[in-house]
Amino acid sequence: MVKGLIDSKRLWPVLGIFVILLILPPLHAPRFYIYILSLMFVTSLLAMSLNLTVGYGGMFQFHHCAFYGVGAYTFALMLTKTSLPMWVGFIAGPIAAAVVGLLIGWFCVRLTQLYFGMLQISLGSLIWAIVFRWYNFTGGDDGIHGIPRPSILSSSNNTYYFILLVLVICLAALYTIVKSPFGATLQAIRDNPQRCEAVGINVRRHQLIAIVIATFFAGIAGDLFVVLERSVFPDLLFWTLSLEIFIMCLLGGWFTFAGPMLGAAIIVALRTFVGKYTEYWTLILGVILILLIFFLPEGVMGYLLRISKSASQRISGRSQVDAASRGHA
Amino acid sequence: MLQVEAMHKSFGDFAAVYGANLNVERGELVAVIGPNGAGKTTLFNLITGQLRPDKGKIVFKGEEISGLPPYEICKRGIGRSFQIVNIFPRLTVFENVQVAVLSQQRKSSNLFSPAQNLAVEETNRILESVGLSHKAGSIAGSLSHGDQKVLEIAIALGNEPELLILDEPTAGMSPEETTATMELIKQLAEEQGLTILFCEHDMEMVFDIAQSIMVMHHGQTLIQGKPEEVRENKEVQEAYLGLDAAQPNGGEVDA
Repeated sequence: MVKGLIDSKRLWPVLGIFVILLILPPLHAPRFYIYILSLMFVTSLLAMSLNLTVGYGGMFQFHHCAFYGVGAYTFALMLTKTSLPMWVGFIAGPIAAAVVGLLIGWFCVRLTQLYFGMLQISLGSLIWAIVFRWYNFTGGDDGIHGIPRPSILSSSNNTYYFILLVLVICLAALYTIVKSPFGATLQAIRDNPQRCEAVGINVRRHQLIAIVIATFFAGIAGDLFVVLERSVFPDLLFWTLSLEIFIMCLLGGWFTFAGPMLGAAIIVALRTFVGKYTEYWTLILGVILILLIFFLPEGVMGYLLRISKSASQRISGRSQVDAASRGHA
Repeated sequence: MLQVEAMHKSFGDFAAVYGANLNVERGELVAVIGPNGAGKTTLFNLITGQLRPDKGKIVFKGEEISGLPPYEICKRGIGRSFQIVNIFPRLTVFENVQVAVLSQQRKSSNLFSPAQNLAVEETNRILESVGLSHKAGSIAGSLSHGDQKVLEIAIALGNEPELLILDEPTAGMSPEETTATMELIKQLAEEQGLTILFCEHDMEMVFDIAQSIMVMHHGQTLIQGKPEEVRENKEVQEAYLGLDAAQPNGGEVDA
């Protein structure tokens, strides 16, 4: 169960039903809820991309939102400062994020654990500082607002569908990567980097590729944010947001594939609905986090999977386990 | 096949390996013996690149490999197991070996095909040859210590090494498990023609199966020769039975 979502045979139907359910709401729900759902999708993608390095790679990717911000700003600047078609900017966003990921990652993978995390926070904060101060180019602390978007995306329903479509494609890609030899090797590195070197794996290079992939997807999430909000601001790169998405991974279950998505949905919902009543919604987040550490160390998704697994074992007994091990062999 | 010449390695003031020499011919089963703290594990770590030598030369298949990173040395054909269990505890037994096989097949960076369909045959063959097939689906961390040590060897075999280095393959095993593992090592050497370099504390076993024995003492090579030569050597008898028998294990760097 540590190994990801339920096996793939059961995953696809579940995912299918889920997607169909998500296609329906715009027909009935008020615009506010459509917006919240869209925001959940964007944040989900961001959290899932982080989890590739944190949950699967065991790396202390402490400043992931720096890459999210780079993606968003690149896309926003391409839309406002150039007359290139939208799709060029849409591709440029994640590429810029991945290039920055490569540069920062190149230094980070040379350090271990906490030092990796500290260096990333410093380098990421540097990018934040540049964005924050460079008024002529990035708009400084005001950010950029009223970014034009193509008429096809002007209605909130269409934006919703567009974001959902991109999310589903990205999830399929991430799932494929996690289940590929690359993903298997990445998890082996997380468990035991020394042993990996001894079986002929270039650990640093492998980790660096994982960072580049994760930052690429963070860049796509940045793109989607621009599509949804039509604005960018320096808070997108501020370290508190990185902490928040880190918590999403922990809350949802960082050893599961879909966990971070659930964590993102919970946090966005909390921020929206609790934030309406009190500006101290982070207080509630803090309490939840403390309860989480004591009662659900594997996160919500990890807990649900454990329950469902032990239930199905009670029903089908040993045969299930045997079949599972045969299926593997 | 493998020549180690005048190898030196110090940790601070402590000279763990101080003038070690070793020669391994293709197809041989070579043992390194010596009291605790003699520098056996340090020597192995130097050969496979976990440590960088201060001085000395390591030549494998005519090529100098000293100072290369571990993964480069592995790619040149040296596989190894570790004295202290060093596996992937959260992965299944199958996946533990598969990681090594995928690396051997240069597929570790493949992003798009499902891993569960790759390297399956090879992995199963290795698990069968070491007798772990029936546990393929178990999480490695839940195995008994003896099985984990066998899995150590299986992971090393995943790289199809030409030279297999085993660091105390039977450490912590029950007598039955030890016998079974020694049988396995003999079988790997005889049936698959693997060249094996190992170190071991059970002298009876060592003299029984090794074709060549190197004796280390205080980081130095006392002698390397056939089992009979080693048995009759005065210095070796002294190292094991003489003054040093009373010496405490201070300076143990085997871990």
